Amino acid sequence: MGIELQNISKQFTGYTALQSINLSIATGELIALLGPSGCGKTTLLRIIAGLEGADSGKIILEGKDTTNLSPREKNVGFVFQHYALFRRLNVFENVAFGLKVLERKNRPSKSEINDRVEHLLKLVQMEWAIKRYPSQLSGGQRQRVALARALAVNPKVLLLDEPFSALDAKVRQELRRWLRKLHEEIHVTSIFVTHDQEEALELADRIVVINKGRIEQQGSPQEVYDHPANAFVYNFLGNVNVFHGRIKEGRVSLGEHLVDAPDELKNLDEKPSQTFIRPHEIGISKIRSSETEVIGTICEIRLLGGQIGLNLSCEGFMHPIEAEVPRELYVNLQLSKGDKVFVSFNRVRVFSGDYEI
Amino acid sequence: MRKPETSTFPPVIKRKVSDPLWVRIVLISLTFLFFVAFIFLPLGMVFAQAFGKGWNFYLECITEPYAIKALQLTLTTVAIVVPLNAVFGLSAAWAITKFNFRGKATLKTLLDLPFAVSPVIAGLIFVLLVGCRTPFGGWLGEHGIKIIFSTPGIIIATLFVTFPFIARELIPLMEAQSRDEEEAALTLGAKGLQIFTRITLPNIRWGLLYGMILCSARSIGEFGAVSVVSGHIRGQTNTVPLHVEILYSEYNFTASFAVASILVFLALLTVAGKVSLEKHFQKHSLEN
Repeated sequence: MGIELQNISKQFTGYTALQSINLSIATGELIALLGPSGCGKTTLLRIIAGLEGADSGKIILEGKDTTNLSPREKNVGFVFQHYALFRRLNVFENVAFGLKVLERKNRPSKSEINDRVEHLLKLVQMEWAIKRYPSQLSGGQRQRVALARALAVNPKVLLLDEPFSALDAKVRQELRRWLRKLHEEIHVTSIFVTHDQEEALELADRIVVINKGRIEQQGSPQEVYDHPANAFVYNFLGNVNVFHGRIKEGRVSLGEHLVDAPDELKNLDEKPSQTFIRPHEIGISKIRSSETEVIGTICEIRLLGGQIGLNLSCEGFMHPIEAEVPRELYVNLQLSKGDKVFVSFNRVRVFSGDYEI
Repeated sequence: MRKPETSTFPPVIKRKVSDPLWVRIVLISLTFLFFVAFIFLPLGMVFAQAFGKGWNFYLECITEPYAIKALQLTLTTVAIVVPLNAVFGLSAAWAITKFNFRGKATLKTLLDLPFAVSPVIAGLIFVLLVGCRTPFGGWLGEHGIKIIFSTPGIIIATLFVTFPFIARELIPLMEAQSRDEEEAALTLGAKGLQIFTRITLPNIRWGLLYGMILCSARSIGEFGAVSVVSGHIRGQTNTVPLHVEILYSEYNFTASFAVASILVFLALLTVAGKVSLEKHFQKHSLEN
């Protein structure tokens, strides 16, 4: 087992950052800690690194209890949100730092250090910048150097704290793919923290969704996205239309229609419920094909890259409904503002409770 | 018919953003006037008086044994005070910017106390604390340690007065730098001392040097606090500023100004050091 967290709790003055977190991570896995800001994900990462102390619980890295070790002794690589490169040192010295501070008996020779630094810089495609200073590099380049620096000490675990959040969208996406590829090459156990669900879905082997200091759900991106454990996870993992209502005789109302509540909620009569529909799981047509379709009017059209976003005001619904349709369909149906369309809900999820985010 | 426009290339752009001419003239001349009246004229007077009785007399005045002793004492004081204050200032700045503890805000405010308190009072504090008539001073005296009316007293008073310079310079600098780099070094396996010498110190070295220069300038010139604790013993506890004052009160104007010119030279030297550091600062901030 790569990393084993047992009952980690952490209290800051005034609020609880983490409540008995239990998590096992296999060697070589790439894990995303996903959650809204302030949910405790960064705190958890810093506790694993030893930069923060846990109030209780145990951290076991590669079978060794490291709960009370200082970050210096833990042998983890840490990549910071704002790179944290040593600004007075050039790229070479930055990457070599972890090797040069080793005690003499463990320190590699000068030529070994040179070779290792060059190898790492090649790995992160920054070998051309070996003599540059951090201030002469772009954000994405700095973060790659920071990654090489963290890898220089052969860490057992690589921890990345929102590594791409300070970069612009294009670079972020590039680096994401690149990191995935790098991970496949070097296979070091890695945890990265993010509040960007797309990043987590694209990059991670496994996603751990955290909210208010607790783990809400963990699983593969597919699992988490397709079978969200609760309303929070469903809501957090993408755009969603939410309809508040009440469970009546095992069904909830959706506009003028009723939909079946899932089995486990059927007995919860008169309990508040939330019904979720993702925008891309809404069908639009100009010809009515079923009784359950709802009549709606297009009140806004937005271009979302490959998709087209529609705001629909539908009969029987108080608030407009957001839908996303492929561009092709949009062109074929010749949709325009004010058009009447028939709206079908292809996939509906009902949760109990009146969950607020 | 329109007149053909005279085309000038590049086109002349009238600067509308700048203040009117008369405002600029008034402000610039006011500044110059102030400089002349309060800096150039007095400085010129110092040298005019110092050399009033000729070059030979000037040399005589500044090589006279008491003057040399005074200069020695002043330089000794600086040599002891500046490194000590560098250590104190660094520790204070470190404590305030890197740790969270109770009374941090109070400590930060108290740092300015030596600036706020009149130097004479600062001197008196130490006379009252360790003077030979106080219990503690008496106890020290029994063990053969004399603080007031001797060099240690001068050093302590100067330490007190110049304490804030370095800390004040470092605190904003260290506050602006997050702990990221140090944390990164820590996760890479660096020990405390390695982090300090390789990461922290290089990041603050220009600020530290700048603070040390200001601290030296003030240590050289400090009069009030030192005057109270020194006892004005010629050749023993007279620093250069005290010596200037004594010569002046003996109506020995030329000698007084001659010795004062040494202070001016030292001051110009520190200002020059400050300017060259500032240039360096700017170059570095451009790089980063």
